[in-house]
Amino acid sequence: MSIDLNQFHTVFFEESQEHLDTMEQRLMDLDLGQPDPEDLNSIFRAAHSIKGGSGIFGFSALGQITHVMENLLDQLRQGQRHPDNALIDLLLSVVDCLRRILERYREEAEPDWDEVASVTKELEQVLACKGAGERDDVAALQADAESDAFGFFDDPPAEEADCDSANTDSADRDDAGWGLFEDDPASGAGPPADSGAGPDVDASAAFGFFDEPTAPAEANPDSVPSSPGAAAAGAGQQAALRKSKAAATSESATIRVGVDKVDSLINLVGELVITQSMLKVLGEDPENLDPMKMATVLAELERHTREIQESVMSIRMIPVSFVFNRFPRVVRDLAGKLDKKVELVLEGTQTELDKGLIEKLVDPLTHLVRNSIDHGIETPDRRRAAGKPEQGTIVISASQRGGSIVIAISDDGAGLNRERILAKARENGLAASDDLPDQEVWELIFQPGFSTAEQVTDVSGRGVGMDVVRRNIQQLGGRIEIASSEHQGSTFTIQLPLTLAIVDGMGVSVGGQTFIIPLVSIVESMQPPAANLNRLAGSNLLHVREEYWPLLPLGDVMDVTPRHRDPADAIVVLIETTKRRYGLVVDELVGQQQVVIKSLEQHYKRVPGTAGATIMGDGSVAMILDVESLADIVQDPIEEAI
Amino acid sequence: MSRQKDQGDGAQVTRTDVREYLTFSLGDEHYALDIMAVKEIRGYESVTRIANAPDFIKGVINLRGDIVPIVDLRIKFNVGEATYNEFTIVIVLQVHERMVGIVVDGVSDVIALSREERRPPPEFGVAFDSRFLVGLARVQEHMVILVNIEALITSNELGLVDIATQESENAN
Repeated sequence: MSIDLNQFHTVFFEESQEHLDTMEQRLMDLDLGQPDPEDLNSIFRAAHSIKGGSGIFGFSALGQITHVMENLLDQLRQGQRHPDNALIDLLLSVVDCLRRILERYREEAEPDWDEVASVTKELEQVLACKGAGERDDVAALQADAESDAFGFFDDPPAEEADCDSANTDSADRDDAGWGLFEDDPASGAGPPADSGAGPDVDASAAFGFFDEPTAPAEANPDSVPSSPGAAAAGAGQQAALRKSKAAATSESATIRVGVDKVDSLINLVGELVITQSMLKVLGEDPENLDPMKMATVLAELERHTREIQESVMSIRMIPVSFVFNRFPRVVRDLAGKLDKKVELVLEGTQTELDKGLIEKLVDPLTHLVRNSIDHGIETPDRRRAAGKPEQGTIVISASQRGGSIVIAISDDGAGLNRERILAKARENGLAASDDLPDQEVWELIFQPGFSTAEQVTDVSGRGVGMDVVRRNIQQLGGRIEIASSEHQGSTFTIQLPLTLAIVDGMGVSVGGQTFIIPLVSIVESMQPPAANLNRLAGSNLLHVREEYWPLLPLGDVMDVTPRHRDPADAIVVLIETTKRRYGLVVDELVGQQQVVIKSLEQHYKRVPGTAGATIMGDGSVAMILDVESLADIVQDPIEEAI
Repeated sequence: MSRQKDQGDGAQVTRTDVREYLTFSLGDEHYALDIMAVKEIRGYESVTRIANAPDFIKGVINLRGDIVPIVDLRIKFNVGEATYNEFTIVIVLQVHERMVGIVVDGVSDVIALSREERRPPPEFGVAFDSRFLVGLARVQEHMVILVNIEALITSNELGLVDIATQESENAN
């Protein structure tokens, strides 16, 4: 491979990734009764583009599969063949396989030729069926496959398993004679298609449709029995699959940006340069400095800086549909496997979120969705018995609320089972009394090793999940909460900071230390009139416009001595959070400014009540308050009385 | 992290390599740490306090855009007098990806020690917890105690690292 071509590889990988996404999405959308020709065309075009590109760059494994796939898709496109569920499943599994091969090439590793061979074979079989003049062959083939435990159609992931765990699996296969293909990819096009091809197809007729000589394949009668063996390896495949996906997401270090965004950025930088030269002129003659002019230019500088900042930040923002779009597939696969009927509703897919956040959300969200299907939604029988529609619904929604993004996954399933969670907690040696409030019971499922599934399936129930989910989300500076009611379903709500980098904040000081309060959560600031202050059950309440706000002295929380003990002498900042409203008692307001969020965790650890730190104009460090978590320690005597 | 291994397990290393150490004093005792962990040495400046942190964590400073915690080892190990003036020294260490500043009574010298010069550490009798000691050396007329600063910083003893972060870092 020449060096010149290498620079295009990244582009090819990116584009192929997109083509595969398109294929997957269109395949999912395909109306089986009346396939939209445009959908079929675009699937075909995607396969064709990948084939073309892989030919140029010498990624022959991709080319080999897409070539056969293209033939099949062409038949679909021409109306010579009608898509059905089995075919869509097959094509989806081929897309998965292509993804893995692409990933291998991206890592500059050799693809798994065994897998390439078997996928090509599967596709060719289907092609061959049609060629033999049997219209419904795909279905027949599937039925046959199930009874014979041939393993290609009823459990496609079994094929995928050995891609990831090549060491263990391919070793087995080698013994069974599959190793033949490893060294000679050309012969891989003709693995034994005979015995599995179903009763309707004459083996010799089928062979006629292969492009390449199949002689070596016939020497391998052993290979068929080895397939069910491979299927048995399915237990570990999910974990391996997830792992390879995670690796894939963390590696996409490039970002696609609209030209308009870049253009506006360039314009802004131009403006900035002009402002800078204006300042330079002003600075050359400090004695005759016109303060008015100086102020104007500084204001302009401020505006440009802010605009550039917003513009740069917007480059990193991508819509959550980037993650959400994979869920239809997850739901389809899983619901099919578990024999459940699930409808997926996506809401707010255009909500934008920082790219870094989105990539790290993939795994936790996938886990939650799988959980909802596996544990949440009941089987159609049970749903009918409970008087619910057979089809369960999962709603995944994203929305912006103030300075945070809220992602909620809710199902209308059985809800969390309080008794079972408590029993399991005791089994795990956790102290859990029967009268724990619901919220605390739900919290228990975040304990490591916790699973209430009655039996471990390969979908979920190994108890490796929820604690990892919560940890991942906490690492992103977010929070996860559960609401659940029996027989009505449960909702997992994830709250995340909008961006990782910059917030508008209000500087306040207590006892000589400065703290930043995110501006979005401030309702107003005031010097409370003594007459409006009430004491109740040891806490202060401030009466503002027909409402009582519990007061939280910031000095107490942050371990500093405030200048004023009496809230009447201090300033109260009224805060609104998703949980409650309260007033923060501070010494004084320092002023409004934009602050760059710096991670405290990078060199230290999370500090309760803070969302991070920032560097002030004088170089000192100030803590940014996390008003949401402060809301938890507010004592509201009124609420408690109720 | 071969460096770390060498320090922690000096007896099994066969190379007779020479390493450089930065010596510092805490009270009357002299310590040395691997100079490769030292990012810079600076004067003590005002810190921003962290709420509800133990008293030996003085707070955080801004080190060219990084928020770096400052630990006063004199308070932690109860030696010397924790005074802060223009002579107070902070050694900024970089261990793995993390930075931390330690306040000490003074920084003395950079010494080179060969493997033969590094002796097994004393079992007790010094301010440092023996878990973090890796050796002993004689420099001129006094003893210098070699400390495994990486182990100290990542230990729960200082509480600088969240357990969760630690696990994920180990997993990586």
